Amino acid sequence: MITTNKVLAFVSVLSLSQIASGEDWLQFRGNDHRGISLKSETPTNLSKNNIAWKIPLPGRGLSSPIVIGNRVFLTASSTADQSRLHVICANKDNGEIEWERQFWATGRTICHEKTCVAAPTPVSDGKNIYALYSSNDLICLDLDGNLKWIRGLMQDYPNASNSLGLASSPIIVDGTLIVQIENDSDSFVSGINLKDGSNIWKLARTKKANWTSPIRLNDKEVAIQGSEGITCVSAKSGTVQWSFNEGASTIPSSVTSADSAILYVPSNGITAIKPRKDNNTPEIVWQESQLRPGTSSPIIVGDNIYIINRAGVLNAAKKDTGERLWRLRLEGPFSGSPVSSNGHIYVASERKGVFQSIDINGKEGMLRGSIELGETILGTPAIANNSIFIRSDGHLWKISNPK
Amino acid sequence: MISLVTAHYYIPMKSLFVLITLAINYLPLLANQTSTSIETILAIGPEGKGNSRASKAWEELINQPDQKTLMSIFGAMNEAGPVASNWLRSAAEVVFKNLQEDQKTSINTLGEYFLDKKNSSRARRFAFELIKRNDPEVAAEIIPGLLNDPSPELRRDAISLLIKKGKSLEEEGKKNSAILIYRQALNSAIEANQVKPLSESLKRLGAKVDLPKHFGFLMRWHSIGPFDNTNRNGFEKVYPPENEINLESEYEGKSQAARWKQIESYDPFGKIDFNKPLGLLKESVAYAYTEFESISSRTAELRLGCKNAWKIWVNGDFIFGRDEYHRGQKIDQYKMNIQLKKGKNTILVKACQNEQTEEWTVQWEFQLRICDESGVAILASNREATPVKDQSERRSRRPKKS
Repeated sequence: MITTNKVLAFVSVLSLSQIASGEDWLQFRGNDHRGISLKSETPTNLSKNNIAWKIPLPGRGLSSPIVIGNRVFLTASSTADQSRLHVICANKDNGEIEWERQFWATGRTICHEKTCVAAPTPVSDGKNIYALYSSNDLICLDLDGNLKWIRGLMQDYPNASNSLGLASSPIIVDGTLIVQIENDSDSFVSGINLKDGSNIWKLARTKKANWTSPIRLNDKEVAIQGSEGITCVSAKSGTVQWSFNEGASTIPSSVTSADSAILYVPSNGITAIKPRKDNNTPEIVWQESQLRPGTSSPIIVGDNIYIINRAGVLNAAKKDTGERLWRLRLEGPFSGSPVSSNGHIYVASERKGVFQSIDINGKEGMLRGSIELGETILGTPAIANNSIFIRSDGHLWKISNPK
Repeated sequence: MISLVTAHYYIPMKSLFVLITLAINYLPLLANQTSTSIETILAIGPEGKGNSRASKAWEELINQPDQKTLMSIFGAMNEAGPVASNWLRSAAEVVFKNLQEDQKTSINTLGEYFLDKKNSSRARRFAFELIKRNDPEVAAEIIPGLLNDPSPELRRDAISLLIKKGKSLEEEGKKNSAILIYRQALNSAIEANQVKPLSESLKRLGAKVDLPKHFGFLMRWHSIGPFDNTNRNGFEKVYPPENEINLESEYEGKSQAARWKQIESYDPFGKIDFNKPLGLLKESVAYAYTEFESISSRTAELRLGCKNAWKIWVNGDFIFGRDEYHRGQKIDQYKMNIQLKKGKNTILVKACQNEQTEEWTVQWEFQLRICDESGVAILASNREATPVKDQSERRSRRPKKS
């Protein structure tokens, strides 16, 4: 006879295996910030039939969803002054809200009308989620919504704010939460203790507004992008390892090659740099001024780098040389960044939320399909378990192949 | 959650006796535990200090999902700082969710908390939202009575209803009735995104609105400048007005002698524009000084909108400063707690213009008002009529007060 304990144990194992077998999407542009899902068989010939579900959201947001096991987590901000912060957990399969937590913004909520307080994407280590807002509230919850810790970074550092809004998404490297709070006044990047939210280190940065996100270079190091260029720091200690000082964009973020050997920086168009083992100034592998990204961050898929410029044109170039290959005008403009799986690039336009799939397998890029979601979309999609998750200010969609 | 009525079928009498005995002895401990947990959360410090202890305390609170715990948490929100309030809010959210079988009682108790205007404004709004979750009809009945509530969020709902009503009357062609309703709404409105459309509606219907007085913008100042702000160094540099206020004095300025001049704002949102007295300058610092007569000693909020680097002093005490340029400006962008003295209070604003030459960097201005915690204007006892351009040109040049 099977005892209750054995049944519970079986259910637990089943539950864990469900979580473990999934391909999670743990942060802005995926687990390695490259915007790629290698395993997912996402839909390509898009139509309304691919909308698996759509759920209303309690507030605005530019943040991407993140996916852990069978749950999707998302932040939002609401009320007239954007002072109500939300963390939402929805069931990945059916979109049902499992839990929601609300908080009061403890820092200033002013931002440009296009953006909002829920601009940074949350990050997870698979155990907890860490949600940062433009008000500089940093909140850690476990996957069941239990509060683990809170930081009011603007309470601690009253001038750490940007009147246009902050947008940098935190990341986790070497067991440290990296937050980049760069603005014209009190600018810094900090390594935060995952357990209690305390500062492990805090590094002063150039007083200049910056909306880029930190990038994981390898298991130990992080690239911090700013107007002066790239600074590589040790995630654990905050010690500066090397710098690239030829300037960089303050909106689109860099991307690394699959082996993390090359960093593609939005600087004078795109500059591909190769860090040196002795930590001297990185080698410039190539530089192409015609590859100038707009708001979207670049993406590397296979042998190519793809960039969407201000005019909404997708540019493909060889990642090893910067040689330009083809251009394809998309239905833009774009604020979110492209992601990729199944041999396609996915991106949603601001106006009307036209979600587009571009086939990048051939000699030229080809628009394979699109769905007009009918709402302004400013965020970057997430991909997990053969599905794409994308949000507007009003809704979260799951897009997948019909069962 | 199993209620006692159903649970007793599963508990033998002896065990029930033991449970009752435990409860009698343990309940005070539980209450004590709640109090300790709340104190732990209230004790959190800056930079994450106390977060680990607070996390355990939070778990202890949510594991006592009863009404006493809920109301203890709400009570604590009255004294909690902004970050501790969030710990408490989320604990209350979970405790309330687990109280669902006890809805009516929880509504009554929460209702008492909500109705007491001495309680924290934000926590009262939260209590209202919990009531609304359980009984939307009751909540809807309550909203019209919140027109002058100290909580801006509660007040907002009531004003929205009046705006809707006014629009409906306007569409029916009942102009005078619409004006009356809009007026009633405006008298209570404190947030710019409600005041502005209300003002526009009233103006459209031919009614006058004194927006500077409504908000309490300080419209009359003395200004002096320009001082040097090359390389943005002027923000930190101490110029004479920071050491003394003598409206008759003349100082060495950036490229010319700096003298105090009277300036008035004709802007409906109280913008004081340094470009008018000083010209379209770059890399320059200017100061504005005014005096505010308060009928009593009281706490107040100084609310500033400014897209230039700025510093503020009240009665000679430095309040706050920020060296950000041209990233955005809005009414009530910065909120600062101040203490007003009975009688004369001095206010000094430093505003720095930088080197940028883009069209959107021309502005060298600020807008400042004094209000209570809710945002309701506190008017100076010596406040003069709102400046009107034609009349002001005929005014004498004697010193003016706000």
